[in-house]
Amino acid sequence: MILNGVAIEDTFAEAFPMRATRLVVTAPDLRWARTAAAAMTGFATSVIACGCEAGIERELTADETPDGRPGVAVLLFGMSDKDVAKQIQARVGQCVLTCTGTACFSGLDGDSRFPLGNALRYFGDGFQLSKRIGRRRYWRIPVMDGEFLIEDTGGITGGVGGGNFLILATSGDAARRAAEAAVEAMRLLPNIVLPFPGGIVRSGSKVGSKYKGLIASTNDAFCPTLRGQSGRSALPPEVESVLEIVIDGLAEADVAAATAAGVRAACALGREAGIVAISAGNYGGQLGPYHFHLRKVLA
Amino acid sequence: MSAVRLRFREATSLPVDASPLLPRALAGRSAAELAALPLRVGNRVVPLGELAEIEPGDADTLVIEASFKGLDRLGRGMAGGRLEIYGDVGAYLGQEMRDGRIELFGSAGPFAAAGMAGGILHVTARAGDHLGGALPGDSHGMTGGAVLVGGDAGKRVGDRMRRGLIAVAGRLGDFPASRLIGGTIIGLEGCGREPGHAMRRGTLLLGRAPSRLPVTFADNGTHTFPWLSLLARHLATLTPAIALPGDRATRWTGCASTGGKGEILVMA
Repeated sequence: MILNGVAIEDTFAEAFPMRATRLVVTAPDLRWARTAAAAMTGFATSVIACGCEAGIERELTADETPDGRPGVAVLLFGMSDKDVAKQIQARVGQCVLTCTGTACFSGLDGDSRFPLGNALRYFGDGFQLSKRIGRRRYWRIPVMDGEFLIEDTGGITGGVGGGNFLILATSGDAARRAAEAAVEAMRLLPNIVLPFPGGIVRSGSKVGSKYKGLIASTNDAFCPTLRGQSGRSALPPEVESVLEIVIDGLAEADVAAATAAGVRAACALGREAGIVAISAGNYGGQLGPYHFHLRKVLA
Repeated sequence: MSAVRLRFREATSLPVDASPLLPRALAGRSAAELAALPLRVGNRVVPLGELAEIEPGDADTLVIEASFKGLDRLGRGMAGGRLEIYGDVGAYLGQEMRDGRIELFGSAGPFAAAGMAGGILHVTARAGDHLGGALPGDSHGMTGGAVLVGGDAGKRVGDRMRRGLIAVAGRLGDFPASRLIGGTIIGLEGCGREPGHAMRRGTLLLGRAPSRLPVTFADNGTHTFPWLSLLARHLATLTPAIALPGDRATRWTGCASTGGKGEILVMA
C-alpha cells in the first residue's frame, strides 16, 4: 500500500486494555486551566515508570463545563482502577488543588467510581463542606485564594492503551515535521490522548533487555545507527530517523480513527518531503488483544 | 394515556386525610373502585365518590381540582408519577415523598415536604411553616429532593433538614434553617428573625441581608464562591427556573452554640 508515495507497511500496532478516566479542570481563564492540566499530566508518558499515561484531550469553552468557566479535558489511563485512583489523588492534589482559581470535575460516568474530592477533602482540615447539587456531590475545600471546588467522585471506564505508529524518514527534520503534522491532526479527535512529549516519542521500546530486571529497552530494530549492528534492523538504507506516536483512547474505534488521521496527515507531506514509510510496533500479537492493522485502518 | 382527575365538590369542615390519593395507586382503577376509595374525614371514613367527581385514567398522573385547605397529607410517601393540584392544600403536602413531582397551583399548609427524601415539589404561591422540616419527635426533616416555592414561606423553613434543596423565590419567615443539619435553603427575598438558629451544618442562602444576624454567627467577609455558579446553573435547569443574582456573597458561619459549621450566605 502506498499513500502519497509513502509505503504503508503490512503490519499492525498492538494495544492493551487499560482503565481510564476523564477530568474537567476549569479556571477563570484558559491559561490557568491549561497550566493545571499540563502540570497534572506531566510525567505521565508511560505506565512503565510513571504509574499512568495522561494527556490533555482538548480545551473546553465555558458553555461546555459544569461551572461555566473555560476548561480543559484531561484523560488519564492506568492498568487498574486502583492505579487510576492513586494517580488521580496524587496529581489532582499536587497540581490542580494547588493551582490558582481552578475547579475539578468528573468528565465521564464510567462503569465504576473512584474517590476524587472524597479523597482530597481532608486537606480542608475539618473546614471542608460537602454540597449536593442535582445528582452530583461536590466538596468545597477552603484554600488561600477562596474555595477549591471538586466533585466527590470520578468515573472510570475501559480504555485502550498503546496504539501506535512509526514514521520512517530520511532525516530528523523530516520525521519531526511529519510527526508534528500527525499530532496536529490527531489532537482534533475526541476520546484520545498522545501521552508523550509533544505527542511524539523517539525512544520506542521493545519488551525486555539484556540487563536483568529491565522490562523494556530500546527498539534496536528501528534505531538507524544500529542498522548494521543489531542484526534485526527493520529500516531501509535511506531512513535516518524514526519517530513514534503512541495513542491511548477510550475505545478501540477511537484509537483506530486517530491512527488513520495521524498516518494520513504524516503521509500528506509525501515521499518528496523525506517520509519513507509508516510502520507500527507490536509484540507478535502475543501480548495485546487490540491489533490495529495499518492497511485496514486506512482502508 | 389519560390522567386520573378528581374534582372536589366542596370544602369539608373537617380535615381530610388525602394520603391515599397517589398517582400510581389510582392509575388504571375503574370509576367504581375510585368512588369506593375510603378517605378519613375527621373521625369518619367517607368514600371518595361522596367528596369528589371522578374521571378515571391510566396514566400515572393525578389531577386534583378545587382543592381546599382541609386536604391534608396529599402526596404523602409518593414514589413516582405526577400530582397536579389546583387550589390550596392543608398540612403535610409531599410528606416523606421519595420520587416524582408534585405541582401545587396554590398555597400549602404547614409541614409540606416534611421528611421528604426525593422528587420535586413545586408550590406556586405560599408555603406554610416548617417547610421541609422535621415532624415533632423526628430526628431530621427533609433528606433529599427539591422544593421550589414561588411565593413566601412560613416559619422554621428546613427545621432539622439534613439534605436536599429548598428554593423560595419570596421571603422566608422567622427562624429559617433552625437546627439545620445539612442541605441548602434559598430565600431570594431574605428572611425574618433569627436565621440559622442552632444550625449545625448546611447553607442558608439569602438574596437580601436580614435586619440582624444572631450573635452566634461570625462574619467571614465577602467572596466569590465557585459552587454558587454550579448551583445557579442547576437552578436554571429546574422548572420553574430560579435565577441566582451572582456568585458573590458575604459568608457568616455559625451557629456557635452548635459547632459553628453552618453558613449563611448573603448575596452581595
